[in-house]
Amino acid sequence: MSRAGKSYDEVTQRKNEIMKDALGIDYDRFSIGTIGFDYEKMMEEVGYPLEETIRIQRETGVGQTPLVEMKNITKLVRSMSEPGKGATILVKDEAQNPSGSFKARRAALSVYEAQKRGYEGVIAATSGNYGAAVASQAAMRGMKCIVVQETHDSRGVGQPEILEKGRICEALGAEVVQLTVGPELFYQFLVLLEETKFFNASLYSPYGIAGIETLGYEIATEVKERYGKEPAAVITTHAGGGNVTGTARGIKKAHCDNTKIIAASVDLSGLHMASDKDFNKKSFTTGHTGFGMPFMTWPDRSDVPKNAARPLRYIDRYVTMTQGEVFYACEMLAQLEGIERGPAGSISLAAAIAIAKELNDDEVIVVQETEYTGAGKHPTAQLTFATKQGIEVRRGNPEEGIPGKSVVIPEKPEQMSVKDYDIDKLRTSYLKNALKDVDIKTLIKEDIDYLAEEIRKDSSFVKEYIEKMGS
Amino acid sequence: MEVKKGKWVEIHDIILQTSQRAHHLPEDTKQVPLEMRVKGFLLQDAKVGERVKIRTLIGRVIEGELTIDNPRHEFDYGEPVPELLTIGTELKSRLFSERWKDHE
Repeated sequence: MSRAGKSYDEVTQRKNEIMKDALGIDYDRFSIGTIGFDYEKMMEEVGYPLEETIRIQRETGVGQTPLVEMKNITKLVRSMSEPGKGATILVKDEAQNPSGSFKARRAALSVYEAQKRGYEGVIAATSGNYGAAVASQAAMRGMKCIVVQETHDSRGVGQPEILEKGRICEALGAEVVQLTVGPELFYQFLVLLEETKFFNASLYSPYGIAGIETLGYEIATEVKERYGKEPAAVITTHAGGGNVTGTARGIKKAHCDNTKIIAASVDLSGLHMASDKDFNKKSFTTGHTGFGMPFMTWPDRSDVPKNAARPLRYIDRYVTMTQGEVFYACEMLAQLEGIERGPAGSISLAAAIAIAKELNDDEVIVVQETEYTGAGKHPTAQLTFATKQGIEVRRGNPEEGIPGKSVVIPEKPEQMSVKDYDIDKLRTSYLKNALKDVDIKTLIKEDIDYLAEEIRKDSSFVKEYIEKMGS
Repeated sequence: MEVKKGKWVEIHDIILQTSQRAHHLPEDTKQVPLEMRVKGFLLQDAKVGERVKIRTLIGRVIEGELTIDNPRHEFDYGEPVPELLTIGTELKSRLFSERWKDHE
């Protein structure tokens, strides 16, 4: 193939055919009307039923991780709550999966599927724990694996956290393609898919989401068994939306219909995710609003034609915390509970500490993941790096922290709080994105119903929005 | 510096020149090329700075400029962070005041 066929525009124009070969899913089959899409049918027909997912994950030692009661953190929360308040906090220790995070669940089905269909290898585009997960699963199944990472800025400097994630992929036998900052990572991903004919182990395929259902299911069934009640709330760290979607689906499959699904992200507002200069000013490389917001309000910006991660279908609340609060929570987990884990996994723990204060003391709140830790992937590594990038690190009121300028670590646990986002605003913003470039006259009833399901509202909410839009 | 065939090395290549990059990029990103770094086994004796071919861990052969012989992982746990060091004792003095009161 000539180099001419590989220009940015030429390759991105071939996106759909490359994707079809690399995933083998005909997404058109699930389309209805102008923009409508039968999401449940896709999950049913392409994904795997829960029992089958459990079986496949057990083949490679994925899942069945401990659900640990945070006795000392709960006691601390109660000491600063109103009488009768302060829910029991549990943490699902997902770091104990083979690759060190819950992402092993997501990779398990993709790599299984790739092997079953005779692909030689798998490719994943990720700078996160998912790379290690795909590499680990590929190693167990004797398959080849390429991980494409956004790693360095134009000075060649990379966050220690991402460099560690690259190292572990190599340690698990993967080829790691490290790129500088920019959305064209997707272009390089397509080039590699086309060249290698490998399977697209996307985070956002039905396999990538169905794999997480076991996590929600394990939490719900174990809480019911041990505490005799449904969890009052499950908090999931939110970035691309898969974690929230898959966990919520699993909780529903365990018939916990009253459990509140709370998504939590680190607030990185003000930093531009595609900016070369901002790239190394953040102290969290995932679980932040830079992914959280855009994916919440427009899931189909992903590396598959139709994203199986659709958080607005499931969430009851979306909260953010500061970077300082998350480092503080991570330290609490180590020093009060004796469990040393990586910082990104502590995002939902930070939120749980604030939210448990609102709940009754006979209720249970679950933090649904931890991640492994190690050189580079530790609060000390990230904060040392932050200081070198000119970011101020100090103790104080965490609300004074400014992403890219300062990380303010609380002086006392009473300073931990969450900021709630107005979900209706997120819903409206979703509708705006979904209806961009759509002739509203072509919409049929199924389109409206689809949009209503997407944002968990009735169709009158959607109709009202469209009427306002037209006027 | 001469690097022998078979050594574990890192190469560097430009994937997209500034003129070839996507539209709608922030100004600072637009001004720099999209670069790639990959590690693998060197397929011929070469000097740092020369264009070479490597074989990656999965057997793919790719080309680029030889940049590092035997690239080491340079990240670590960082320096002790004073802002983190006292958090444990602060909290334990609240929960177990008898044992930890001297640390208040």
